[in-house]
Amino acid sequence: MKDFILPDRDFGTPASRAKTMVSLTIDGFDVTVPEGTSIMRAAAEIGIQVPKLCATDSLDAFGSCRLCLVEIEGRPGTPASCTTPVAPGLKVHTQTGRLEQLRKGVMELYISDHPLDCLTCAANGDCELQDMAGAVGLRDVRYEAVETHFRARDSSGQANPQWLPKDDSNPYFTYDPAKCIVCSRCVRACEEVQGTFALTIEGRGFDSRVSAGMGSDNFLSSECVSCGACVQACPTATLQEKSVIELGTPKREVITTCAYCGVGCSFKAELRGDELVRMTPYKHGRANRGHSCVKGRFAWGYANHQDRILEPMIRDSIDEPWRVVSWAEAMDHAASRMKRIIDTHGRHAVGVITSSRCTNEETYLVQKLARAVFRNNNTDTCARVCHSPTGYGLGQTFGTSAGTQDFDSVEYTDVAVIIGANPAAAHPVFASRLKKRLRQGAKLIVIDPRRTEMVDGPHIKADHHLALTPGTNVAVVSAMAHVIVTEGLFNEDFIRNRCDWDEFQDYAEFISQPHHSPEAVQILTGVPAQELRAAARTYARGGNGAIYYGLGVTEHSQGSTTVIGIANLAMLTGNIGRPGVGVNPLRGQNNVQGSCDMGSFPHELPGYRHVKNDAVREVFQKVWGVEIDSEPGLRIPNMLDAAVEGTFKGIYIQGEDILQSDPDTKHVAAGLAAMDCVIVHDLFLNETANYAHVFLPGSTFLEKDGTFTNAERRINRVRKVMAPKTGYADWEVTQMLANAMLGKTGGAGWTYTHPSQIMDEIALTTPSFAGVNYALLEEKGSVQWPCNEAAPEGTPLMHVDGFVRGKGRFINTEYVATDERTGPRFPLLLTTGRILSQYNVGAQTRRTENVVWHDEDVLEIHPHDAEVRGIRDGQLVRLASRSGETTLRAALTDRVNPGVVYTTFHHPETQANVITTDYSDWATNCPEYKVTAVQVSPSNGPTEWQEEYNAFAARSRRIAAAE
Amino acid sequence: MLHDPKHSGHEKLVYMANQIAKFMESKPHDEGVAGLAAHINDFWEPRMRRHLFEVLDAGGQGLRPLVLDAAQKIKRPAQTA
Repeated sequence: MKDFILPDRDFGTPASRAKTMVSLTIDGFDVTVPEGTSIMRAAAEIGIQVPKLCATDSLDAFGSCRLCLVEIEGRPGTPASCTTPVAPGLKVHTQTGRLEQLRKGVMELYISDHPLDCLTCAANGDCELQDMAGAVGLRDVRYEAVETHFRARDSSGQANPQWLPKDDSNPYFTYDPAKCIVCSRCVRACEEVQGTFALTIEGRGFDSRVSAGMGSDNFLSSECVSCGACVQACPTATLQEKSVIELGTPKREVITTCAYCGVGCSFKAELRGDELVRMTPYKHGRANRGHSCVKGRFAWGYANHQDRILEPMIRDSIDEPWRVVSWAEAMDHAASRMKRIIDTHGRHAVGVITSSRCTNEETYLVQKLARAVFRNNNTDTCARVCHSPTGYGLGQTFGTSAGTQDFDSVEYTDVAVIIGANPAAAHPVFASRLKKRLRQGAKLIVIDPRRTEMVDGPHIKADHHLALTPGTNVAVVSAMAHVIVTEGLFNEDFIRNRCDWDEFQDYAEFISQPHHSPEAVQILTGVPAQELRAAARTYARGGNGAIYYGLGVTEHSQGSTTVIGIANLAMLTGNIGRPGVGVNPLRGQNNVQGSCDMGSFPHELPGYRHVKNDAVREVFQKVWGVEIDSEPGLRIPNMLDAAVEGTFKGIYIQGEDILQSDPDTKHVAAGLAAMDCVIVHDLFLNETANYAHVFLPGSTFLEKDGTFTNAERRINRVRKVMAPKTGYADWEVTQMLANAMLGKTGGAGWTYTHPSQIMDEIALTTPSFAGVNYALLEEKGSVQWPCNEAAPEGTPLMHVDGFVRGKGRFINTEYVATDERTGPRFPLLLTTGRILSQYNVGAQTRRTENVVWHDEDVLEIHPHDAEVRGIRDGQLVRLASRSGETTLRAALTDRVNPGVVYTTFHHPETQANVITTDYSDWATNCPEYKVTAVQVSPSNGPTEWQEEYNAFAARSRRIAAAE
Repeated sequence: MLHDPKHSGHEKLVYMANQIAKFMESKPHDEGVAGLAAHINDFWEPRMRRHLFEVLDAGGQGLRPLVLDAAQKIKRPAQTA
């Protein structure tokens, strides 16, 4: 176990980006820094720490604490070094008799209104106030404070009106006003870093207080999103993690990568022994730059949750209780069953599903299990149900499915277009970085049926919100292209140089047809033509235009077509190949990008190379020593269809819960029930495990080594923070299963002893990973693929000098309405999404205190639609589609338009996917989650399906008592 | 709809093939034919193609003309797995 830490020094103020350099001397030492750097930072660069309290390098200088004073020769007074920029030839002194005197005086005043309970304080040893008292040599406090903020009662026993009790309403941290020095770091972090503006300083002078929300609010009831930025910024114990209060200050740090969304934030896991005390965002993480959200920062308690299964279990049939067995017995049982299926039904009757929550190395092994041990290509991954259309659409137009930018790119964006995504809820740290840019003046276009938090938030407002009818993305995107082409807003130079000019002319002719015009499609899309024209003009002519999109684009019958349309827009306007622009798919899960890179799809080997390609198969055949099938395998929905048909009988599912996450639950259940061997490898007995015959307990991201690849293609290390609670990391479990199979079928066993060897095999076989190895990742922290001889340090921006496929390719995008249509029986359109505090199917976040924010899925419905149905806010309603029905509570809101309802899919009790249909994307079979025709009516209680399913689930989760 | 046996099996594949056809129909005819065949060859597992050929061999009922035109170019899978 290696603790990998870069020095985490605080330079006091942010780095300057200026190119001009300035030289000066500080305490007699020469220093040269970019123009605009503060004197405090310049001093820190040469190792001189000027005492400070209100400054920290994640925030702009504020100049309130008066501790960082310096003297400058030839200038009067003692300016604050945080707010004074460097100038050529300055001679600065940071330590003089006068400064010492002043600083002591300032500290004396601070300490006179601070409780001196350092020994029993949660921040003892981790407190900047304590450090500064030491740094300035404070030895006594001459002031006898008459009024304080920290004494609950004055000396006569009267209650002190200035004293406020601790606010422990937030489940993860406390606010103790008695310890506050009013440095405003928390308020500034909430504004500058997070962009929520939940905190303020209330009152003036001695009455100044940090306050969350309105006067009557506490932290929980305020707009606070619990991102932790304020806790991170607080120099004292005023804002303190409850885990630190309980366990003490951590003593060991390991840098690792968050296992939630596709932003892939770097964190420091801080521990005592092998007990995790807290996770703090790592400042040198290039995806998050020191920021975090409530999930990554705080919601890791599931790792120790009592529901975790730590021993393997088997059963003969799913109506029996589980039997706890040894690893050896579980492997033998699983391998015997799979072998029997292969012997009876042929090698194509089994398959695997890899996980976007597992590491690259683990995913690589699972697809290898299918291809090299089962000897078929029946491998798929949950990207099937999220970003497979991205793979197809960007592959066809640009030559690779990769997102084109890094996250830093947003700092150079002038016009951001968000399509079918709500980063504030699903990619919060990216949302914060985007909002920061919007507050600096960048424009924003949101294309979404719902008025998301991005449309209208504190200090940000979308310039154009195209609130389209669900299912009409292609019509809207094509209409934007129509405007750009017919109004001559396209970038001819870019198209001539970088794209196929003949194809462009065909495309221009196609898209100029009047039926693509905003006026013609208005009736379908519900988007006013003028608004659409204005948005198209803004994107085409507003400077650097960057498109960020999510599952609202992909999860449609025409998901792939919309992705192609987005690529067309970027090529038309030349918004490709430099900072600030690009096409950026926001990946849902932490390792969606990686699981796709690793050959999880049934038609392609690692590195997106089709299995029909002899030369590519040959590469793997050589290394694996077996022949690889040249026919594409089954995709998840096809596996389920084949199972119902009786030709697909066995599956190994690592870290996915397809019964809850995949559409049309009843069809998934029928498919699983028809199989003879379902092996579920997971942390918990998830919903899919109700249909399983073998349960292999999984390890959390804290318990293993590996890598995750985030939405910007960044390969980040996951480091083992503690030993696996089950005894084995997930890659070891897959290896055991492979070897148990090989023991029965004959063939050389696998012999990996560390995930780094798996990465070496990936590098050996996959050109875009050729330069990647663990030593490089230790050295660089992270790299973005392609990383090979041509790009030894990785590739932050794609398609800089030319598209991966050579010339960019315009493809026609005809709008074809989905067959899922409203009618008299199902007059409303249901669309689905996520909420900030919960993640995906909720298996992790439901097992943390995040449930205080969202303990059930609710149905958002417009007050007009509610009223005509007699539905009141908070009432239980029945939600029905052609596929099935469920009940949940209604929330009346005008975030959705009349005719549209919205819910999340985080809770198995609701099972939103009982409602969704089996319609899917034409190219990839990515399900159409985002459009389902439904009816909503008042309800008295759970539906029959919910009751039956809950009873079945309870029965299915029984574990036989040990004998 | 989904558990309606009519919708499963062949009907589902006919539906999927027609979806691909609708996309490819916006291209020039020959390009569309080639695109449709290539798409099915690249992404449809042999048992799906086998079922598609069962429909085609029985006259291709319900399939859009572009699918019928592309049939010659779709790879017929081997009879046994």
